[in-house]
Amino acid sequence: MVHWSAEEKQLIAGVWAKVSVEECGAEALARLLIVYPWTQRFFSDFGNLSSPTAIVGNPKVRAHGKKVLTSFGEAIKNLDNLKGTYSKLSELHCDKLHVDPENFRLLGDILVIVLASHLGRDFTPACQFTWQKLVGVVAHALAHEYH
Amino acid sequence: MLTAEDKKLIQQIWAKLGGAEEEIGADALWRMFHSYPPTKTYFPHFDLSQGSDQIRGHGKKVVAALSNAIKNLDNLSQALSELSNLHAYNLRVDPPRFPLQFLSQCLQVSLATRLGKEYTPEAHSAVDKFMSAVASVLAEKYR
Repeated sequence: MVHWSAEEKQLIAGVWAKVSVEECGAEALARLLIVYPWTQRFFSDFGNLSSPTAIVGNPKVRAHGKKVLTSFGEAIKNLDNLKGTYSKLSELHCDKLHVDPENFRLLGDILVIVLASHLGRDFTPACQFTWQKLVGVVAHALAHEYH
Repeated sequence: MLTAEDKKLIQQIWAKLGGAEEEIGADALWRMFHSYPPTKTYFPHFDLSQGSDQIRGHGKKVVAALSNAIKNLDNLSQALSELSNLHAYNLRVDPPRFPLQFLSQCLQVSLATRLGKEYTPEAHSAVDKFMSAVASVLAEKYR
């Protein structure tokens, strides 16, 4: 089980309080599809993904981004049981969605960059360290049920 | 492959730093050592405390190399040739794909904290590709 110090929990909560789940979620997913275009293979039924502008404005991308980040919020409420929290989602991503877990790491890194651009200097190195740890642990939990 | 548009975006982003390049170099390195402790193994001879002269000095070197690469985007192989030799034969950092991935992430976080919304998805994509290209060149002579 991953250990979270009091300071880390505070850094996570502090950043999360400043986050608009809808905005950041939409932006993180859009950036994933733009920066790593091969990830579009998982979203072939999302309609127009033909350019960065199209992707950023795509309502399905926005909605799904919000869904993904909302789920992240669940992780934050359950830091002491991430594997349990993500067990069903992990099975889904493996058995139904067939997503290579490497993509979770990519999305995690992108989320950190999105947070940095929104929070500016407030996204201190200590914040980044804690959030890189968090996205890593979430990615790991999502990959846990793969077989 | 870096498109003409990518190259333009990279140069634009770098131009926006207006003299803060060194600060960013030091910031990116510090973030990298802090977030990815294994990267410290390549600097046992450094004082790795925050704000150390050595981190500042090395950050300045890294940024100068990147600045040079950005002025020579059409010929990265040549521009980075010396550094490529150094990393392969002398420093023997684990094939640059790995640590450079961490440096790339931390450099981008550093850029994003300073540029906010100006670090657009398009700019993000261009810089990510650029760092990936730099890593490839640095790895060319490994074996």
